[in-house]
Amino acid sequence: MRTQANRRNWGARLVVLVPYLWLFVFFLVPFVIVLKISLSQTALALPPYMPVFDFAAGWAGLMEFTAQLSADSFRLLSSDAIYLLSYLKSLQIAAISTILLLAIGYPIAYGMARAPRSWQPPLVMAVVLPFWTSFLIRIYAWINILQRDGLLNDVLTRLHAIDAPAAWLSSDTAIYIGILYSYLPFMVLPLYAALEKMDETLLEAAADLGCPRWKTFWLVTLPLSLPGVAAGTLLCFIPIVGEFVIPDLLGGSETMMIGQTLWTEFFSNRDWPVASAIAVSLLGLLLVPILFYERLQQRSLEGSR
Amino acid sequence: MADGGEAAQNNAANEQSPLVRFEAVTKRFGSVAAIESFSLDIAHGEFFALLGPSGCGKTTLLRMLAGFETPTEGRILLDREDIDAVQPHRRPVNMMFQNYALFPHLTVERNIGFGLRQENATRAEISERVTEMLALVRLQGFGRRRIDQLSGGQRQRVALARSLIKRPRVLLLDEPLAALDKKLRAETQFELMELQRRLGTTFVIVTHDQEEAMIVADRIAVMNHGRLMQVATPSEIYERPNSRWVADFIGEVTIVEGRISASGAMDSALGQLRVAGTSGAKSGGTVWLALRPEKIGMSGERPAGELNKVPGTISEIGYRGDISIYKVRLADRSLMKVALANVGVRGNARFKAGDLVWLSWPPDVGVVLDS
Amino acid sequence: MKRGASSFNIISAVLGLAFLYLPITILVIYSFNASRLVTIWGGWSLEWYRELLRDDAVLQAAWISLRVAVLSASAATVLGTLAAVALTRMGRFRGRLLFSGMVYAPLVIPEVITGLSLLLLFVALNADRGFWTIVIAHTTLTMCFVAVIVQSRLVSFDRSLEEAAMDLGCPPVKTFLTITLRLIAPAIAAGWMLAFSLSLDDLVIASFTTGPGATTLPIRIYSEVRLGVKPEINAVCTIMIAIVAVGTIAASLIAKSGTARRDRAALGAQV
Repeated sequence: MRTQANRRNWGARLVVLVPYLWLFVFFLVPFVIVLKISLSQTALALPPYMPVFDFAAGWAGLMEFTAQLSADSFRLLSSDAIYLLSYLKSLQIAAISTILLLAIGYPIAYGMARAPRSWQPPLVMAVVLPFWTSFLIRIYAWINILQRDGLLNDVLTRLHAIDAPAAWLSSDTAIYIGILYSYLPFMVLPLYAALEKMDETLLEAAADLGCPRWKTFWLVTLPLSLPGVAAGTLLCFIPIVGEFVIPDLLGGSETMMIGQTLWTEFFSNRDWPVASAIAVSLLGLLLVPILFYERLQQRSLEGSR
Repeated sequence: MADGGEAAQNNAANEQSPLVRFEAVTKRFGSVAAIESFSLDIAHGEFFALLGPSGCGKTTLLRMLAGFETPTEGRILLDREDIDAVQPHRRPVNMMFQNYALFPHLTVERNIGFGLRQENATRAEISERVTEMLALVRLQGFGRRRIDQLSGGQRQRVALARSLIKRPRVLLLDEPLAALDKKLRAETQFELMELQRRLGTTFVIVTHDQEEAMIVADRIAVMNHGRLMQVATPSEIYERPNSRWVADFIGEVTIVEGRISASGAMDSALGQLRVAGTSGAKSGGTVWLALRPEKIGMSGERPAGELNKVPGTISEIGYRGDISIYKVRLADRSLMKVALANVGVRGNARFKAGDLVWLSWPPDVGVVLDS
Repeated sequence: MKRGASSFNIISAVLGLAFLYLPITILVIYSFNASRLVTIWGGWSLEWYRELLRDDAVLQAAWISLRVAVLSASAATVLGTLAAVALTRMGRFRGRLLFSGMVYAPLVIPEVITGLSLLLLFVALNADRGFWTIVIAHTTLTMCFVAVIVQSRLVSFDRSLEEAAMDLGCPPVKTFLTITLRLIAPAIAAGWMLAFSLSLDDLVIASFTTGPGATTLPIRIYSEVRLGVKPEINAVCTIMIAIVAVGTIAASLIAKSGTARRDRAALGAQV
């Protein structure tokens, strides 16, 4: 068994090593590079930042390299109100839309979980299906509806609800609609998974013990679905903070969300150090929720074991 | 049958040495000991049962024999050879799993033939053996079925056939009948015994059902908390348990505490009781008398003869159809269980709760235990 | 309390589904509109589809996207399955916490961060950016989704099936290939499908990691959309929706016919 165990260990090591190395090289190392460049300065060169670390220069090169690092980009982030406002706007939009998603998603998930057993797979399918169509298409579909000569204004003027066409597009309202639309499945599915698992005799037991329906919801259903609430909240909140496409296509130009700011710094201003600094601070901002999400994932997997 | 003859030959050749031997086996999971210095011999051709409450380590023992767990300490010998280094897929033992573990993507035929296909047996050989096994478990004509088209009882038989096709030295059965309903379980128990006798293969069954173990097994190892409590034939375990725990675990029992007096009788709260087999127990120490309910007689008047006799009041009656269980309150407020067969049509209707009765038993039916 | 929908449940489910499907339906209908203006219905027409067929840039982008998606989804399926096996079957190896962190984090980390960091890696490595850098970037992101899907299936997998195979003489590696992989194949297929559609869909990461000559369909659509609504884009989107719909329906029909066949046979077994 010893030699066979050794041979098996090699196979086992390979199974771990291949994806490990891949993620290490293409996920972890890039973050280190981002961190490094966020401490560099802009330069009119290719790549457009300095210092560039030169492996050939050895120890002296490393010393020189460290000496040239600076926190200028971060100083800029904290001093210029544009960036701070951008962060705040992102957090605000993410928080409000997560709450809205929860408010809309919970009744849907609850309705699905309480539907007759045979209806449930098609219902899940119905929620997931739009998610398989392109994200970009779904956002684009809303431009069709929300633009000045779009369908919404058309319908509203015909109904005489408004006199003149309103500007729906390029507003926060449009951003919220786009986010709700794109992220709804991410909220509904974890909630449904939690609610569907729930033993229905618990509700019967509560009713049997004299608990009215609304109170049963507060005392039994909601507490038991909290893991689903947490998963859905994190699954929506974290990516929404860094969202780019939705605010870019549907939002206005007054205040940008942080993802847009990063994009502009990078693609328009070609300021790689500042873009990196934005990424680093954004990641720092989201570190706590991300770690929380990871613990939740781990625990749910161990729980189902 | 060919299998029977072959096994019989094996028996003759190795009669003197056990087929399976556990030598001071200990298994720890982390700091928790599942099995503690466990030693046991299982003979050729035996139908052996590992019996104990859930969590007593009996399944761990079986899994160590199959090779899915390795002992932390000690050795397991199969035919005098240490099998520690042998991987599960090379061990000449096969297992029938508790949930059957039938491959859902294979037909009945391919499930049963799975073991032979691993040995690169020829198609003709496999198909011949599979047909033979299907006949053995009375599933002719079911070969092409998918597993999810079978009833629970049919699945159980497919699992049995699959684990027997390689003619294992030992067949391990992990709670093989737990998923069947009571009636089917009772039938299957007899089928298993018949099959084992026909094949002559050594069967090791793990069960928590003491009735099942008593019915099917030649010998039973009673386990608790990873330790061996007693190994003996079913009747010995029932009639001569070696501890209060075994006596209480197997069947119904009333335990009376007392001391052995100089005369060899037992002094208890019920007075002096005549007992047999106290030679081992030292006089003066605390001992316990274990009494099976069906060995105790009950009558309205004080019986005559050389019997232990105690008076009491019937406090509860449990009617079970074939017998009734009476709980009788004795002078010291303790309860004694008595079982009477309901022989007449109206059963034992002459006894009612609250009746004053006399309980009596001959000295030799009680077992004196010192632990 | 019976399982059965109250009117509140039904209304919320219907409204939710309407919200999900209405915009897409409208988009599909307008792709057949003869008029260039969204508000004016000019009758049914295939005009924009004909226009699309003449648009080489869009067709080229679609072809690149398709190749990227197939390659990255396939690589991600292999890597993600390995990662799932490592997480569920290898016990506590050194660096497990870091590993599981790296698997779960990309699921939620904003795409702008992943995209930027990968680009900076490619710049640091002095790699030519283009087709292959997008493939690598998409593989990295989507392998984590595959890993999570396969992992949840492996966790609920009945280990005694593997033990039964080994007990019957099947060596461990062969057991994994013939029993385990065979039984988790639906999860692996679902993982590939998800990886494929995520790759086909991605704009942000592709924008960061692309190079000259490697314009994917989402990048193309994005640059068109920024300039306003164009009926041709409605047509492209409709085609993509149709492909997804056909694929999903076909997949569910295949799954269904499998169960139907089994149900019929089970019925036969009882007679």
